Amino acid sequence: MTQLALVIDLNVCVGCHACVTSCKQWNTSGSAGPLLDDRPYATDPSGTFFNRVQTFEVGDFPKTQTVHFPKSCLHCEDPPCVPVCPTGASYKRKEDGIVLVDYDKCIGCKYCAWACPYGVREFDEHRKVMTKCTLCVDRIYDASLPETERKPSCVLACPAGARIFGDVHDPESEASQAISLNAGYTLMPECGTKPANHYLPRRNTKLTIRADQLLRSDNPLKTDLPENPPASTEDFTT
Amino acid sequence: MRPAFSIIFLTTLIGAGQGLFLVLYATEMLHLEAAPSFYLTGGILVLLSCLLGLLASFFHLGHPSRSWRAIHMWRTSWLSREVLALMAFIGSAALYLVAHWMEMDAAWVVGSVAAAFSVALFVCTGMVYAAIKVMKEWATPLTVVNFLLMGCASGATLASALAAVSTPSLASPLARVAALLTLLALLGRLTSLRRNARLKPDTTLQSALGIRHPRIAQKAQGAMGGTFNTREFFHGKSPDFLRLIKPAFLLLAFLVPLLLLAPGPSLPALSGLAFVLQYCGLLAERWFFFAEARHPQNLYYQTIS
Repeated sequence: MTQLALVIDLNVCVGCHACVTSCKQWNTSGSAGPLLDDRPYATDPSGTFFNRVQTFEVGDFPKTQTVHFPKSCLHCEDPPCVPVCPTGASYKRKEDGIVLVDYDKCIGCKYCAWACPYGVREFDEHRKVMTKCTLCVDRIYDASLPETERKPSCVLACPAGARIFGDVHDPESEASQAISLNAGYTLMPECGTKPANHYLPRRNTKLTIRADQLLRSDNPLKTDLPENPPASTEDFTT
Repeated sequence: MRPAFSIIFLTTLIGAGQGLFLVLYATEMLHLEAAPSFYLTGGILVLLSCLLGLLASFFHLGHPSRSWRAIHMWRTSWLSREVLALMAFIGSAALYLVAHWMEMDAAWVVGSVAAAFSVALFVCTGMVYAAIKVMKEWATPLTVVNFLLMGCASGATLASALAAVSTPSLASPLARVAALLTLLALLGRLTSLRRNARLKPDTTLQSALGIRHPRIAQKAQGAMGGTFNTREFFHGKSPDFLRLIKPAFLLLAFLVPLLLLAPGPSLPALSGLAFVLQYCGLLAERWFFFAEARHPQNLYYQTIS
């Protein structure tokens, strides 16, 4: 069974919001009509976005890390938003696991947003329906696009390559490999929602260089022979 | 959560209507002497409060014209079941009123069906909230019990006010029933307040981000202005306001009506006053019910920038 999802690498994300703007651009231009964008240049702007990048500071100064945290629908394998919907407008597709809202059936009761612990559903005040990330379902199957572009808009836009799109049920997929090789995790596991989207943690890249390596022709620091080679093992952190 | 007035009016109005109906039904089943006007006026009040509640609920919807779709997912959604139960209750309560108006002997049969729907509706309304697992303040059987008790208490208070006008001999016993139900509702609500004050959230900023560090501070939430997430899930009132409304609703919805009703009111106006005060108190109670629920998504919306 296919479960399409995003894998977001927090070690790579630089917080540029390119995924946010490209998501808005693609989804506001679709057949479902424009996404709300009220007072964009006034003091009190408000709009509907399927994807947002938040920023958190972890640790105490000066030992801090700035974590940019892209947040969109996680396409849970056990989505709490789906069974609560009274009309069946909120549903999970069997064929690829994408959680979608049928805008023609939604009555705008917002009950699904209450049931979702992640706050990734946004009620569109103009269209009066609940909206959310569709994993760009209207482009990932579009045969008129070149195959390399049949990916969600945010994935194509990310300049750092922090977003991987794929089938997390296929152990050979790039997404699954990234999860298993980099300790990918899900958000709020205690809620039992089994999110399909995974996050890759911040990690320190360490290169251990022994003193004798510096004397060899393939010196990893690419420097000339040091006059006083270090006597002991030293860590070089990049 | 931001309390939505449409839902506050829906749940308090239908609660009072269902409670009043159960008292009417119990009065008939216990063969208590009551004037026909007690049942007729009572039946009309039941329908009126439920229809007003239904009307209020439409204001909550983005597309009220599609509301007929809401019965579709009754297999999984308590909201769907609530809509069905409300329809069934209004329908059977209307039949009960007609049966009494036509003085049919079988009115009690229709009444039994409507009473069952009334209880079912209490369960559905409570479960709409109790079934949301991520909202720990709501996810308890106490939610269902309290909706039932508070609805029955306000309905019984209304019934005693009604009896004071139509069947004075019933006014005093019904006032005592209302006082007893109000006392039970108070105990139920105090239990849930006590429970909620001791709740420890399962979800923390650490599990929300997947970062195991005790010190995490939000620096930006991705938007400089308000969003659906900042509007829908925060009540926007000060902690002082919350501290004020809690004793206010305990006093208005429970203690004052209890004092007015327990002696068996000598004046009909006192029962009426008790109902008005209790209803206002229940509006405040329902406001607090929503405001006290802390949604885990709020962890992502602590600082604008």
